[in-house]
Amino acid sequence: MTRLEKQMTAKSEAQAIGEIEFQIMWNRLIAVVEEQAQALRRTAFSPIVRESGDLSAGYFHPDGRMIAQAVTGTPGHVNTMAASVLHFLRIYPAHSMHDGDVYITNDPWMGTGHLHDFVAVTPAFYQGQLVGLFASTCHFMDVGGIGFGPDGRDVFEEGFYVPPLPLITSGEIDKTLITLARSNSRYPAEFEGDLMSLVACNQIGVNRLSDMLDEFALRDLNPLCDQIVIRSRAAALKAISTLPQGVAEAEMVVDGYDRPVTLKATARIDSDHISVDFTGTSGLSARGINVPLSYAQAYSTYAIACALFPDVPNNSGSLSVVTVTAPEDTIVNAPRPAPVSSRHVIGQMLPDVVYGCLAHLVPERVLAEGASALWNLILEDAHDACLTQGIAGTRRFSALSVQTGGTGARSRLDGLSATAFPSGVSGVPIEILETLTPLVFWRKELRPGSGGAGEYRGGLGQSIEIGHREGHPFYIYAALDRIQNPARGRFGGENGGPGKVALKSGGILKGKGKQLVPAGDRLVVETPGGGGYGPSAKRDAESLAADRQNGITEQMRKP
Amino acid sequence: MKPRINRASADIGGTFTDIVIEIDGIRASTKVLTTHQAPERAVIEGVFGLLQKQRLGLADIDIFLHGTTLATNAIIERRGARTALITTRGFRDTIEIGSESRHDQYDIFIKKPQPLVGRGLRYTVAERVAADGSTLLALDENEVEALAEKLEQAQVESIAVSLINAYANSSHEQRVREILSARLPRTYFSLSSETCPEIREYERTSTTVANAYIRPIMAGYLGRLKSELSEKGMKAPILLMTSGGGLTTVEQAADYPIRLVESGPAGGAILAAKIAQECALDKIISFDMGGTTAKICLIDHGEPLKSRSFEVDRTERFLKGSGLPVRIPVIEMVEIGAGGGSIAQVDSLGRLTVGPESASSEPGPACYGLGGRHATVTDGDFVLGRIDTRKFADGRMTLRRDLAEKALATHVGGALSLGPVEAAAAVTAIVEENMSNASRVHAAEHGKDLRQRAMVAFGGAAPMHAAQLARKLSLVSVVIPKGAGVGSAIGFLEAPMAYEVVRSRHSRLDAVNDVAITELLASMQLEAKAVVFPAARGLPIDMRVSAFLRYVGQGHELEVGIPVVSNGRIDARELKDAFDQRYSEVFGRFLPNHEIEVLTWAVTASATQPVPVADLAPIGTRESVSPSGTTNFTDMDGMTADAPIYERTELAPGVLLTGPLVVTERETNTVVPTGFTVECNSFGHLVLTNLAAQAALSA
Repeated sequence: MTRLEKQMTAKSEAQAIGEIEFQIMWNRLIAVVEEQAQALRRTAFSPIVRESGDLSAGYFHPDGRMIAQAVTGTPGHVNTMAASVLHFLRIYPAHSMHDGDVYITNDPWMGTGHLHDFVAVTPAFYQGQLVGLFASTCHFMDVGGIGFGPDGRDVFEEGFYVPPLPLITSGEIDKTLITLARSNSRYPAEFEGDLMSLVACNQIGVNRLSDMLDEFALRDLNPLCDQIVIRSRAAALKAISTLPQGVAEAEMVVDGYDRPVTLKATARIDSDHISVDFTGTSGLSARGINVPLSYAQAYSTYAIACALFPDVPNNSGSLSVVTVTAPEDTIVNAPRPAPVSSRHVIGQMLPDVVYGCLAHLVPERVLAEGASALWNLILEDAHDACLTQGIAGTRRFSALSVQTGGTGARSRLDGLSATAFPSGVSGVPIEILETLTPLVFWRKELRPGSGGAGEYRGGLGQSIEIGHREGHPFYIYAALDRIQNPARGRFGGENGGPGKVALKSGGILKGKGKQLVPAGDRLVVETPGGGGYGPSAKRDAESLAADRQNGITEQMRKP
Repeated sequence: MKPRINRASADIGGTFTDIVIEIDGIRASTKVLTTHQAPERAVIEGVFGLLQKQRLGLADIDIFLHGTTLATNAIIERRGARTALITTRGFRDTIEIGSESRHDQYDIFIKKPQPLVGRGLRYTVAERVAADGSTLLALDENEVEALAEKLEQAQVESIAVSLINAYANSSHEQRVREILSARLPRTYFSLSSETCPEIREYERTSTTVANAYIRPIMAGYLGRLKSELSEKGMKAPILLMTSGGGLTTVEQAADYPIRLVESGPAGGAILAAKIAQECALDKIISFDMGGTTAKICLIDHGEPLKSRSFEVDRTERFLKGSGLPVRIPVIEMVEIGAGGGSIAQVDSLGRLTVGPESASSEPGPACYGLGGRHATVTDGDFVLGRIDTRKFADGRMTLRRDLAEKALATHVGGALSLGPVEAAAAVTAIVEENMSNASRVHAAEHGKDLRQRAMVAFGGAAPMHAAQLARKLSLVSVVIPKGAGVGSAIGFLEAPMAYEVVRSRHSRLDAVNDVAITELLASMQLEAKAVVFPAARGLPIDMRVSAFLRYVGQGHELEVGIPVVSNGRIDARELKDAFDQRYSEVFGRFLPNHEIEVLTWAVTASATQPVPVADLAPIGTRESVSPSGTTNFTDMDGMTADAPIYERTELAPGVLLTGPLVVTERETNTVVPTGFTVECNSFGHLVLTNLAAQAALSA
């Protein structure tokens, strides 16, 4: 410590932190949570975590404010984690926590919206004082129940449920909880391994925070946290203050489980606040595509942050300028015990609706509609069908293959082909999937003609074809949308191509639900393209020529 | 006593080509401007010039060592060959689909990296190999035949062949080359099963395509260099530095030029490793800071950390994921946009950011007076009195303080209400914090602790920031090696002649004792030896075998070294214990009840050259030394006062000086702030000591 730093530190504890010192400490805190996330990814067992980055990690003030988070692929986790920590603190007040405790839950309403994600919270103590909480979340391979699909009629069918509970108390692991968890998963080793990964990554956060406090000779991070929150809020407010004020509505219809779902939003930009309300949205779905409110809030807020203040770090300060509401018993505010397993298929559509509103107010800041919800192909062995059909020795497997369509075109750029948005996870290499399963991918390439035409073209979807190595039947747990309702263009841009789920032999499959790909047949999937932005007559000649040369606007050919 | 080997080395950079020769163990160096049209010209002229001064010729050179950024630049500037890609039917767009993610989660206007081969030149053929190497669909040879005409019409110079699962069975790729090369004899072929025989189709294809893209240029350049040098009388073999820190032959380099992409920084890491050995430093952090980026590398027991993946041409702000992935053996380092030319600005949030945008050499920092308007790290260093202005660029350039201050006031001071010196201090504080954070995260990713390490700092900008970085990381010692300015070219001279062969073979650990793995390892050892043998010139060849392991179900592997047994067999138990131990080191504890699997095997053959005994060290001899000037120096506490400037060439071993002071030499300045001492050790390296960290350590 130099004299200057000591002075700055002393001052900071009294009142405010020196400018440069503050920025350095903020960067350090971000480095701490990045390291936490890195450890989770490297130790995780679930392929969607280790290959696709379906995880999040962050630091919270002891009072529950979210202060810093790692940049990972999951806005749905990050912003719901902010709510989770408050639930943990309500049930286990800060004063009751001990050094060496770890709390977990997969409660969809207190966590990230479905049972497949576990949240772990670890209190960080420094010199006997609680100085923060580290939280992390990742997707687990299997939590029992009917598997990862939308067919559940209530949350009880969807799997093993762990309310907020201590997994570790003062360093002592709850063996009963581990035994129960293992007994309730089809993949117990991976289940336990992933729980331990959450524990390990939070612990790395705790250790690094302690190093940081040592180095800066601080007893706590209260002044730093206050500054981060105050400044981020101020920056978000400043960004909002330059926007045109007003109210705008938008409505979008998507396929739903068994009938179309209307998503309706009203957005309001005030001088110091933005609100989104989903009144007018369809009621609950009979099956598991319902969305707990915190997940709907997470994706709506994320959409607003991307469009209106992308440079402001995501924390309680910046989140405080946005309010997202929805009437209870709508599909975007589904109460327990509604089935919610595939909540992403609706939740990840919400940014398109929010942008539908913002398009009236700040047209240059929004995208056209895109494929939006991930086209995850959840594929499993059809053990029962094999028994029925007398096929012996089929290999057990469960694969979550993240697949993406095209994003909507931007106000000055084409949409991105085969790219996740609003989720930010990556795909799993097919060569990896083929080592884990008996599946064979016969095709995975861009789908010409699927990007909505426009001054700026929508991103392309993909054509995918999958068979079983031995010709055995297998299951798809479909939670796929935009088959009847493609992504719409904006401002004269055309619609993106609709998605499709079918059999190679010709049969059409439904977008939702567990279905069999019969013995010897193959699954054929076309992921949706993104909508265009602006009329195609305005597209420049160079881009048109490039599209032609690359063969990406030609009509679909027979494979 | 054996006669010494006379050696020359050349490092071609974007602006300068650095040349070092070593004759009878004595080194000389020069910097000449890179000749982009025909890079061999600068190399030959530079080497020739140095030799002439000693009345020697190219015939007196025994080994010629070479590294270059030409391969990297060809990719970044998209100046590669007209390249086609042939892949499995159904996978035409693998290199465009990429990871399907976005490298910036909040920026809706991102651009993804453009593949090196556009869709129009990507062709597919009917064939399919399974994950276990068996054939699911035979190669349609008629289709391949038919492709030849299309490729000819498209005037393709280079072809990448990357088929699905070819890492497990290369026969279809080889057959494609056989058929096509008969029809297209002048075309270069790069097969994924040879360039990068590893699982993960996107990374393997991307690597193969990058190799194909630069191959005609690099093969042409290397061929010309070799023939011109031999015409001019050089008989010595030319060895190329690889990004993995080993050396390889011209022929191998011409076939796999992608292995050269980071050869310059690799040379720097090798130099740092050598310094560590020389100074008996068991664990160091190597810190290389140039004009645009800073490279940080951890070196334990004299050996840099290795990795097998890298991204070239990051499109946006050096963000992870915004570049083209290449899977090649590389020295593991973190590279961030923090160099002398890094630009400082205040963002909408009132946050001061420095880099990664760089003013580079044109227009350069504001103080150069070449039209640069942005405030850069160099402007900050200058205003803080860290640069001996009398010596800058050999006195050929006068630095303009007014312009530096104006740029700092406009872009930093105004928005933050700071005076010019405070603004300069803020800029350097931010860039130093960025580097220390990058160092910490990098160390953490590898389960390494930074404390107790010494730092070795080189590159034009590093010695000005090394002390402050050491203070932030609580390091006691900083070594500024002799010849810091041409560090990479010196590093080439220190590199072991090494070659790494990597193969993916996926199996449970308990199944590794089988014949196939034994045979595989034997053939890999033969392959590696074959490359190293001609260059080893009689030196003994060491073999190192390692495996990349993980718990079944995980997606990331850890490398574990394997003792080579005479019969080539692997002891699975020993390997398990080694893995568990390594896992505990990195992640705190291992998982006793989980099965382990192996994904990849690696074999490295190397021949280490004897360390040259002595250098012509420009070490002073006087017992006391007086400063050659003073500078108005701003210390770490923000106080500004006159501080002495010493000439590096006058510092003798044994002389101990106490900061604040600046040590100056031709290519850089070493800043020694209050709280640090500096001395020259017997090898001619400057050693800075952080007194506070030293006191804390002994307390």
